[in-house]
Amino acid sequence: MLDALNLECLRGEQRLFQGVGFTLAAGELLFLEGKNGAGKTTLLRMLCGLTPPNAGEIRWQGEEIRRLGGDFHAQLCYLGHQNAIKEDLTPLENLCASTHLAGDPLSEEDALAALEQVGLAGREDLACRYLSQGQKRRAALSRLAHERRPLWILDEPFVALDTQAVAWLSGVIGAHLERGGLAVMTTHQAVKIPAASVRRLRLGA
Amino acid sequence: MLRVVTHVIGRDLRLALRRPADVCSVLFFFILVASLFPLGVGPETELLRRLAPGVIWVGALLATMLSLPRMFAEDFHDGALEQLALAPYPLGLVVLGKTLAHWLVSGLPLALVAPLLGLQFDLPPEALATLAFAVLIGTPALSGIGAIGAALTLGLRGGGVLLSLLVLPLYIPVLVFGAGAVDASIGGMNPAAHLFLLAALTIGGLAFAPWAAAAALRIALE
Repeated sequence: MLDALNLECLRGEQRLFQGVGFTLAAGELLFLEGKNGAGKTTLLRMLCGLTPPNAGEIRWQGEEIRRLGGDFHAQLCYLGHQNAIKEDLTPLENLCASTHLAGDPLSEEDALAALEQVGLAGREDLACRYLSQGQKRRAALSRLAHERRPLWILDEPFVALDTQAVAWLSGVIGAHLERGGLAVMTTHQAVKIPAASVRRLRLGA
Repeated sequence: MLRVVTHVIGRDLRLALRRPADVCSVLFFFILVASLFPLGVGPETELLRRLAPGVIWVGALLATMLSLPRMFAEDFHDGALEQLALAPYPLGLVVLGKTLAHWLVSGLPLALVAPLLGLQFDLPPEALATLAFAVLIGTPALSGIGAIGAALTLGLRGGGVLLSLLVLPLYIPVLVFGAGAVDASIGGMNPAAHLFLLAALTIGGLAFAPWAAAAALRIALE
């Protein structure tokens, strides 16, 4: 269970948001909404523990995430704005390196299967610099295919994807929620995610 | 826990292999700087021998400086650093891995070519051996201290110049003992004392610097 209490964010002199709070239980999906610059990405980074909130608290299973540290990170999968893809490595190497460094190494067969799911079969040995924007995004998202951590935090996951990939990703997120996972995400696209409980939080309203 | 260090080293070495130009440019910079002095000073062997330890070490410091800004910049810009910071390990271990990888691609080659450069300065054989060994055990300290500077200046405009101003003063002890060891060797004395101090700097640097750099990276990521 993820609890956010009374979060506040200041950027220089400007207050991006204050008094933001929500509770997300297992199997629930939270859509963060708001215009550009409302602080959606900042809030997601706060939830990961990358940016400390100016006020308020974030708790995972009742404990402050700062106190949990690495134990919280072991429960979390964050996909940011940037793809975190190394242009000089191939999609396969990228996927293996990122899962290794995240602490859940993936076998090569699983990694190949994941790349096939995202439609990169036949491209797994091509350096990522030669891939299109959408293909790079797919390479980054391939991590989700075998991801079993309970909390997913996704920043604009649908950007640059074609309809086929959007459908795949919605399915993967739906399956994750069905397993009892939690997801927090932002998106400007209208996507249909098969989820029992979808909640919405509007920033800067 | 230590597996994460080897994974980071493996990943960074692979990336360096895909882009050999980065490694070579640092090495050639070192070779050029150290070769300009004999050409400029002229063929006075006595004078060159006096200059050699300092010149070669300064060249090594500058060459290391040249490669520092790249240490975290790419990971920072493509988002990989966020992922490393969110891995369920202490970030210090990740930085230790990156520091060792940096040494393997920028410090180790310097140690391998340093004796060849020493030949241009007419160094005696025992001084050449001392030079190679001193550069070998001194450069990890340069990578470690440099990691702190690289982390502190990450994402800043004009960070490269600021990085030199921050890091070069901290390199002075390495320069003093590194050049001292070679000097002692040229004078026929035992360089062990200098080498021990150099090794102490390296051990201290590798033990503490990654944690300081990790703290700086967390601030840069906020």
